[in-house]
Amino acid sequence: MTIPSSTIDGVIAHRRKSARRYRLVLAVLLTLVAAIFAVTLSVGQSITPPGDVLRVLVGEPVSGASFTVGQLRLPRAVLSILAGLCFGLGGVAFQVMLRNPLASPDIIGISSGAGAAAVFAIAVLSMNGPMVSVVAIVAGLGVALLVYGLSFRNGVAGTRLILVGIGVSAMLQSVIAYILQSAPDWNLQEAMRWLTGSVNGAQLGQALPLLLALLFFGGLLLVRGRDLETLRLGDDTAAALGTRVSQTRMLVIVAAVGLIASATAATGPIAFVAFLSGPIAGRIVRNDGSLLTPAALTGAVLVLLADYVGQHVLPGRYPVGVVTGALGAPYLIYLIVRINRIGGSL
Amino acid sequence: MNAWTNKTSGGWCSPVSRSNRMRSLWLAALFALLGLLLVASVTVGARYVGWGDIVAALSGAQDNIGRASVALRIPRTLLALLAGGALGLAGAIMQGVTRNPLADPGILGVNMGASLAVVVGVAWFGMSSLYAYIWVAILGAGCAAIFVYAIGSLGRGGATPLKMALAGAATSVAFASLVIAIVLPRGDIAGGIHSWQIGGVGGATYERILPVLPFLLAGFLVSLLSARKLNSLALGDELATGLGESVATARAVASLGAILLCGATTAVCGPIGFLGLVVPHICRLLIGVDHRWLLPFSTVAGACLLLAADVLGRIVARPAEIDVGIVTALIGAPFFIWIVRRQRVREL
Repeated sequence: MTIPSSTIDGVIAHRRKSARRYRLVLAVLLTLVAAIFAVTLSVGQSITPPGDVLRVLVGEPVSGASFTVGQLRLPRAVLSILAGLCFGLGGVAFQVMLRNPLASPDIIGISSGAGAAAVFAIAVLSMNGPMVSVVAIVAGLGVALLVYGLSFRNGVAGTRLILVGIGVSAMLQSVIAYILQSAPDWNLQEAMRWLTGSVNGAQLGQALPLLLALLFFGGLLLVRGRDLETLRLGDDTAAALGTRVSQTRMLVIVAAVGLIASATAATGPIAFVAFLSGPIAGRIVRNDGSLLTPAALTGAVLVLLADYVGQHVLPGRYPVGVVTGALGAPYLIYLIVRINRIGGSL
Repeated sequence: MNAWTNKTSGGWCSPVSRSNRMRSLWLAALFALLGLLLVASVTVGARYVGWGDIVAALSGAQDNIGRASVALRIPRTLLALLAGGALGLAGAIMQGVTRNPLADPGILGVNMGASLAVVVGVAWFGMSSLYAYIWVAILGAGCAAIFVYAIGSLGRGGATPLKMALAGAATSVAFASLVIAIVLPRGDIAGGIHSWQIGGVGGATYERILPVLPFLLAGFLVSLLSARKLNSLALGDELATGLGESVATARAVASLGAILLCGATTAVCGPIGFLGLVVPHICRLLIGVDHRWLLPFSTVAGACLLLAADVLGRIVARPAEIDVGIVTALIGAPFFIWIVRRQRVREL
């Protein structure tokens, strides 16, 4: 992919090719989401013909299919897509802003913070519904500011921020473990959700607040996407290009935490989706355009696919977070090896 | 020579030239504290038990609920004593071997490695005897230690403290995720989900403690005997070699001791983090950097801290109790952050 010549025509041709490739990537990812969505709806323990699925979606009562598709599969698939979009988008925003794939919310403690707050709100304060999301968002923001503030010392160094975040995350995870331990009447399903993330028992009612959060915070991020992209070049370059760096950063933090925390309140911290989506999308997109939308779609693909695999492909039934956790762990180790071998921070 | 000497010599007297009388005094104070905590650990719990019953229980009587519950607290206290000593000592060894102030069996992923190995053994190979647990845990701890050291020393600059800590912490996170992935779908693994994710000393029995004793004993012995070699290593590899020390052998032997301690402890208690980080730092402030004093000191102080954390976990959440691993994480993680935050994390 070298520029054919240094003429303006060459540059224009290259840009066109890039843009074409980017559109193609988006189209492929969208198709993938749609395809897995369709498969999730029609193939499960039993196979529902596509015609019946469509009729259920339109709202017609179909004997047999109405319950399995309408009550079981549809809420699950919708929630998976929404949570995946939120995790992917929020994760990649952090990774791009801090220029480090390890700086994803599920490693530096933001997901654990939102999770701990949600568990506390549900188990101790017996709250439910949208209030839990609000509590989770506030706690997530608090943790983000705490980690950022604690690692600030003549500027924020990547490694220091990640280590501080891991420390904070360890504390918050003990808090989650403590609450789960001291509330023994909780069943295993609930515990699974808060330890690793799960879409078991999803209901369509959960999807609406998540959709609103996605539209609001995601919209905010996409509108400021260009500013965020300039941050990739370094703070000084971004400032020189006319980006208001600290304002953009605050906005990105708020929006990304909003996304992560809302999704966490609905499905629990689905392990490593926020961490994996960005780098995978980066491999696909290369330098052809913004990472935000592709990473969000990658997140949706990951959650949908992992949930399907956990439910129907593996022997036994696994919550989605178990599958993504097993997937993310080797990648995390590979990433550490690569970072250390190349030397310095990313 | 190293960061700690420089840092602390400004304030009080220099830790290196600290007199042996001073150290002996501290050691006596520490033993007194240990005795106090041992008593507290036997007497304090969810149920209030009178002194008469406690004394009766100590001599073997179990004829009422109070006496029986005290009889349960005795092996638990013993386990906390052993595990705390082992982890404190292992932390001091790891910090000495890697000359890294951030080293700790939990942070460097060694405990999680042991935990993962046991979980894999139980889930996929039907392992069930405690002896098998211990061997597999030690194997896992060793593999994890080598793995993290290899990753941490890749690339330019070798094994710098931050790189090593990052490699260890990331490995630990990855292992923890695998542990959850393996244990969560199975309801039948001994101790359920969190005993292999967060360690504790609750439910200890003599039958569970006895098999690890030889391993712990070997670990304590190897570790404590490598004090002089660690002192040479602290001078830097070149100088240590110049003094006639075989650097690689010294490292390997000391690490083996630490791995024995971590593996055996994790096999019984599950992974307990951050204890090995905090204890040696506090001990260095008290008695200086000489490993001949530091290692025994860390052992006793580690036992004190774990006993204290266990007692605390029993008092705070009465009548329920908090696992000691949760308490140590809540105490230790801020400490970890504080060390990371210091201007520059230099080699020890």
